[in-house]
Amino acid sequence: MSELYERPKSILPNASSYCPGCLHATATKIIAEVIDELGVKDKAIYVLPVGCSTQGLVSWDLDIIGSAHGRAPAVATGIKRCRPDCLVFCYQGDGDLASIGLAEIMSAANRGENITVIYANNSIFGMTGGQMAPTTLIGQKATTAVTGRQLLGTGYPLKMCELIKELDAPRLVVRCSLRTPAGIKKARASILKGFKNQLEGKGFSFIELLTNCPTTWHTDALGSLDFMEKYTEKYFECRTFTDKEERFGE
Amino acid sequence: MEKRFMKGCEALAEAAVRAGVRFFAGYPITPQNEIPEYMSRRLPEVGGVFVQGESEIASVNMVYGAAATGVRAMTSSSGPGISLKCEGISYLAAARIPALIVDVSRGGPGLGSIQPAQSDYLMATKALGHGGHRLMVFAPSTVQEIVDLTYSAHDFAERDRNPVMILIDGCLGAMMESVALPEMREPKPESQSGWTLGRREGETRGAHLISPIYEAGLEGLNRQFGERTARWQKEDVMVEELYLDDAEYVLTAYGMAARVARQVTEDLRREGYKVGLIRPITLFPFPKESFRKLVPGTVKGVIDIEMAIPGQMSEDVAASLPQGIPLYEYGHSGGVLLDDADTKAAVLDIISGNKEARA
Repeated sequence: MSELYERPKSILPNASSYCPGCLHATATKIIAEVIDELGVKDKAIYVLPVGCSTQGLVSWDLDIIGSAHGRAPAVATGIKRCRPDCLVFCYQGDGDLASIGLAEIMSAANRGENITVIYANNSIFGMTGGQMAPTTLIGQKATTAVTGRQLLGTGYPLKMCELIKELDAPRLVVRCSLRTPAGIKKARASILKGFKNQLEGKGFSFIELLTNCPTTWHTDALGSLDFMEKYTEKYFECRTFTDKEERFGE
Repeated sequence: MEKRFMKGCEALAEAAVRAGVRFFAGYPITPQNEIPEYMSRRLPEVGGVFVQGESEIASVNMVYGAAATGVRAMTSSSGPGISLKCEGISYLAAARIPALIVDVSRGGPGLGSIQPAQSDYLMATKALGHGGHRLMVFAPSTVQEIVDLTYSAHDFAERDRNPVMILIDGCLGAMMESVALPEMREPKPESQSGWTLGRREGETRGAHLISPIYEAGLEGLNRQFGERTARWQKEDVMVEELYLDDAEYVLTAYGMAARVARQVTEDLRREGYKVGLIRPITLFPFPKESFRKLVPGTVKGVIDIEMAIPGQMSEDVAASLPQGIPLYEYGHSGGVLLDDADTKAAVLDIISGNKEARA
């Protein structure tokens, strides 16, 4: 009997500790599949952020380094500059990347670091229990915005792809949604492209994945997908912002 | 051995390169700019990497990543920037990553002043970040000693898998002296391959995890760190002692201040005063024994001399002194340098009984 569907090689056979319905698990799976497809498990270095995905410590079978909150792109810079032969990637949430780590992501992108950053945006601080993130939608409730996010005093939800696309250095800037199978397919193809860019020495790639957080959104799994369709994807437009073929610096 | 006439900061950078440092990330701040400037032109000559980070925070995290590949890495800054690096230093300690952190201190607190001061002793020796970890802290007092200690700093860092600090002040960093430079050591990142990131050609092994977070096992790690600190205290203390055999008054100072204290000690000796000197070279581990062995009655007082008000090292001196030996403080701060004549007068004032001991 042949195996039709198997666990990606870079994932350990441990139970996922993500909440039921959480799309982090989907993101994990497609990244691992891409690593398999490229055959780069032995040269991949994964820079973990602070947030729910810190739990990746126990689920990945790759060389891993845990970084401080928001600092993953700086850590990845140090690694990649010393080991240009390795595939170095960060996986960061929206609290990590768009709030405390804004300087690190923008500067790494602007330097055109030859790394790949995968950005999971679920519009909330999940790990710490549902506080407002820079990406929380106007009107969306959070434990630090109990009547919903207000424009006055907190501003607009931050659109990272739209910020990064203004820089000249990045080679790939794309936003996908993990809500539908089509979105997952697009996300998988974008991650593949982002990794290939790095392996070919092209430069910085940024892939944003719209995700959910049923637990802190106080919905069930399907309800969270409805919310994404009705609100998240209306504000955060899913498209390719930048896709440059030539290597950065040439 | 190659001899050169060099500035403290540049000699430090060259010694680091010769010790095998091949990655530097830093951010401009006075009075340490000569270090990143030197590194930016020197490292590419030896196949190394220089990155000017967007902040001190990013720089120390670049070092965190670079050092995790086994490359000897360092960053440098001054007080306000070291405050920012403290987050990263705590993570380096937790994740057990060796690295060199250099503090060329200036006046504090706050933005303080860009002039030299020894205002960072407490931060360096007690808490370079949250969580209760410790670093070995070396405090050279000549440009040659800067070279020698920098050259061996990574040996300690790699032995312990822990960051180390070299603490000088802006005066020593800007001072030019003749130095003998040690030979170039070839970097050996593969010597660390038992724990580092990134398989090398032909290397087959399981995945490596470098983590600053522990769920189970953190108490065990804390315990190991405690045992290591005790080992440092036993085996790694570096101190210079002068005329302690018959000293009635013992001056104590480190780094730049120790140069003045030494001059005053020698001058007073020539005039017949029985004075001695204790110069801590490692500020952590602190040379407690040098003070513990002083005999009350024979030693009438210890005089702590620092470019800091109030004295900071004096807290460790006080904690190490036997009962019955009063401790006096003399110093300047905020960029006011110590001067031989004034310091000598202040010491004589203390010897004459005109000054109250530290509370």
